[in-house]
Amino acid sequence: MTSHDHDHDHSHLTETEARVRALESLLSAKGYIDSAAVDRIIQTYETKIGPRNGAHVVAKSWVEPEFEAWLRRDASAAIHSLGYHSRQGEHIEAVFNADDVHHLVVCTLCSCYPWSVLGLPPTWYKSPPFRSRAVIDPRGVLAEFGLTLAPTTRVEVHDSTAEIRYLVIPQRPEGTEGLTMDQLAELVTRNAMIGTGLARAPQVAS
Amino acid sequence: MTLPDLSLLPDIALAGNEPVFEEPWQAQAFAMAVTLHQSGAFTWAEWAKALTAEVHSGVERDYYQHWLCALEKIVAQKQLASASELVACKDAWHEAAARTPHGQAIAL
Repeated sequence: MTSHDHDHDHSHLTETEARVRALESLLSAKGYIDSAAVDRIIQTYETKIGPRNGAHVVAKSWVEPEFEAWLRRDASAAIHSLGYHSRQGEHIEAVFNADDVHHLVVCTLCSCYPWSVLGLPPTWYKSPPFRSRAVIDPRGVLAEFGLTLAPTTRVEVHDSTAEIRYLVIPQRPEGTEGLTMDQLAELVTRNAMIGTGLARAPQVAS
Repeated sequence: MTLPDLSLLPDIALAGNEPVFEEPWQAQAFAMAVTLHQSGAFTWAEWAKALTAEVHSGVERDYYQHWLCALEKIVAQKQLASASELVACKDAWHEAAARTPHGQAIAL
């Protein structure tokens, strides 16, 4: 076994991550902070957090068929070509929504989540009940997020692993023909890229 | 939820009125300072002072590294958790990570 393989046998926290976890676990054990309150504050900002590079990837795939084809063939290389590298260097697979299939990614682990591509995970995403329910009853979970799919749409649930992370490519919304890539990227929410939402409809100019 | 006045903090990167984070731990550290302040552990002015001391310490670090150092210090100063407790707990997290197979949640 190479040392590279060995590194993947167990988890790793950076010194900084361990210090932050130490603060949070000690202060909450002593009752000085409430983890739920910390999560609420983070949630206030969650749409702003993280580079959301994935939105650019999605928008590019909508306007450039060659890029879309590359993404389907080798998503890791296509994403890296835009200068986006995930820290752990794991393989990323792009899964494409269509009329007959909707993809949903589940993962309870923030360490397993490609935040450099998607932005921060929502706090509910880390909860074990979300994961187990999403596997057992994906339509029910999606309905709670306000997403009701046509009965003819199949739901595929993907579990991130240490080796493979998933990026959902949502369908391009109707009425977006004239938009620039940047405007299109604005429509791509974090939830659309994990499959608990769709890309937003463009705002109609009043 | 009303948040404290972020403009009191030195050199903080804001987009609109909101902080900008590059990694999840930064949001975590940010939120811990805000919630400790909200529960009365320290005043926002005390926090701004602690953070300013780090930012102006002459040590070259990223902004949220300053933030984290300031948080560790104010937490010790207010006797919420001592520096040695923090180090012991940090080491425990490293050990927990080492015994956790990749792909599973790390728990103490």
